[in-house]
Amino acid sequence: MNIAVVAKLVPDLVEELSIDASGAKLDTSFARFIVSESDDHAIEEGILLKERFGGQVTIIAPDDEGIDDVMYTAAAKGADRLMKLKGISAAEMSSHALARAFADVVSELKPDLVLAGVQAHNDLDGSVGSLLAGFLGMPYVGYVSGISMQDGQATVRKEYPAGLIAELQVTPPAVVGIQAAEQPPRYVAVSKVRQAMKSSTIEERALTVVEAPAAQHIDRMFKPEPAQHATMLAGTPDEIASKLVEILREIGVI
Amino acid sequence: MSTVSASRSQDYYEAMLKATPSGERLRLCLECGTCSGICPFGSVMVYPPSRLIAALRADRFANVLKTDALWMCVSCSACTAFCPSQIPLTAGLMARTKEELLLRGNVPAELQDALANSQRYGNVLGESPRKRGDWINGIVPEVKVLAKTREPVDVLWFVGDYASYHPRVRSTSRALAAIMNLLGVSFGILGPEESSDGDSQRLAGERGLFEMLAEKNGKAFSKYKFSTIVTTDPHAYNALKTEYPRLGMTYPVQHYTEFLADRLDQIRPLLKHEVKAKVTYHDACYLGRVNGVFEQPRSLLRAIPGVELVEMAHSHSNSLCCGGGGGGMWLDGFQWEKAHVRLSDLRVQEAIAANAEILAVGCPYETPRFEDAAKTVPGASGLHVKDIVEILLEAMGPERGGA
Repeated sequence: MNIAVVAKLVPDLVEELSIDASGAKLDTSFARFIVSESDDHAIEEGILLKERFGGQVTIIAPDDEGIDDVMYTAAAKGADRLMKLKGISAAEMSSHALARAFADVVSELKPDLVLAGVQAHNDLDGSVGSLLAGFLGMPYVGYVSGISMQDGQATVRKEYPAGLIAELQVTPPAVVGIQAAEQPPRYVAVSKVRQAMKSSTIEERALTVVEAPAAQHIDRMFKPEPAQHATMLAGTPDEIASKLVEILREIGVI
Repeated sequence: MSTVSASRSQDYYEAMLKATPSGERLRLCLECGTCSGICPFGSVMVYPPSRLIAALRADRFANVLKTDALWMCVSCSACTAFCPSQIPLTAGLMARTKEELLLRGNVPAELQDALANSQRYGNVLGESPRKRGDWINGIVPEVKVLAKTREPVDVLWFVGDYASYHPRVRSTSRALAAIMNLLGVSFGILGPEESSDGDSQRLAGERGLFEMLAEKNGKAFSKYKFSTIVTTDPHAYNALKTEYPRLGMTYPVQHYTEFLADRLDQIRPLLKHEVKAKVTYHDACYLGRVNGVFEQPRSLLRAIPGVELVEMAHSHSNSLCCGGGGGGMWLDGFQWEKAHVRLSDLRVQEAIAANAEILAVGCPYETPRFEDAAKTVPGASGLHVKDIVEILLEAMGPERGGA
């Protein structure tokens, strides 16, 4: 089985985010980048599929700073091919443009399954996986947390709100949006990542202009503005309690 | 490091002998069982050291690799200290076996997070590396961050992960900074350039990560001029004293209790206020048992007027681990599932049995661990857990910035 996993880096929320001078996008000059959480799960699910059903796993990602580490770590987990899209940065692209950039490379690989993280925290115009399925003309199932293969058919477990899970049968080739891998992404020892750096190669693909349909236009980006401040009650515990009772009475709760 | 690979399980033994530091000494094991008897988690380990060696000798190492019980080892070094054949069990056999488990992906999920955080952020807590020096905000006189001042200092203070980020332990860092300032010590910190010392990660089997972190710290050390390193954390002290030199980085290093004990003549006149309390001191594994620093912390406590020092049932080289070493700090849930007891609870019970009012510590793992334990152990509501520097500062009084 031929499995392609598309991944991207997103700003790491461990650092505070700021908005640049234009007022319409993030200032990424001081941001740290980390692989999008559900993409990390997509990589893990790809490796699990390979371990259970055989096949080859290819990781494809734009060339953002830090992507090499992500790729070598994936290789240490068991990924076979690493492909970096030169000249594009996920931080600067809409989901439409990124999906368009992935489409040509992915279709060349003739994959049975394409795995993508179901969402990323910086998706402003839809998820990359569903858009990629559109460009490739493949079916798409999102919010998947488990895949098994039998007789060339994939059975995927799709999560619905309220704890419902559906099992759907999908005929490859298809794109699957991964919500969570069947096990948390595994830890790879530093020594294994260092070995992978020596033994694996990252293939580079130069991309010419990415033609993508216009997505949205962003007028303004801003941090949540508190509409109303909380009222702090001061005094002894008894005083606070009676004030609280008074307020609750006022608003008709008691 | 690559995994021990062997077609016949017989070969594991020979391979482990070669792969383990001073592994040859394993041949000297008498199978006396002292190590497994003294191990604080020996009863739930399945393969405590003596059984692990027996399994190696009996071609059964493959069975060891199938269990996860070895992750109960808290690297407290009690087995090593009492082994009559002086086999380096903790740093050798146990750490190397954990490495075998880790390379095979047999790692409890809780521990993975701490290791992944160390890889990515250089600290086990997963905090922003840029905020590592934020705890100094507001301290007067200002604590020097070497990258900013670029001045030579006498002391490079290696603060460490918990003392930099953990809200409870940060207050002990501020207390130590206040004392250093009072003593007129010329000191500075690395701030965002400091990474985790990596020692607990090494003892949890992540040797490659330890080396990566050590290299980062070594690079930072080499940029600045200082004459000695003082650490908050006994694990950092152990790493800098014993392990970093093996990687070609040798610096004079002291734990802060040694550093302050050397300045007792200067400190004594500052201790003007009585701290009237029975105080017991918990010997941290990597300060006491492993590195022989028993007297300095006690001499600091004895210098405080009003303090009556009492000893717990386990003390000095026979001290009882708080449960945080060798990865235990990040395996609380795992340890509870296996043992249904926390070593920190046992230690707090010992402090109560010794009639102590203050449990004094000198390791950043311990203040939060023992304070948590004291919340649930019956009879511990009156027990205060304090770092030695906090008690010193209290004795220096409010005019000195103490409580």
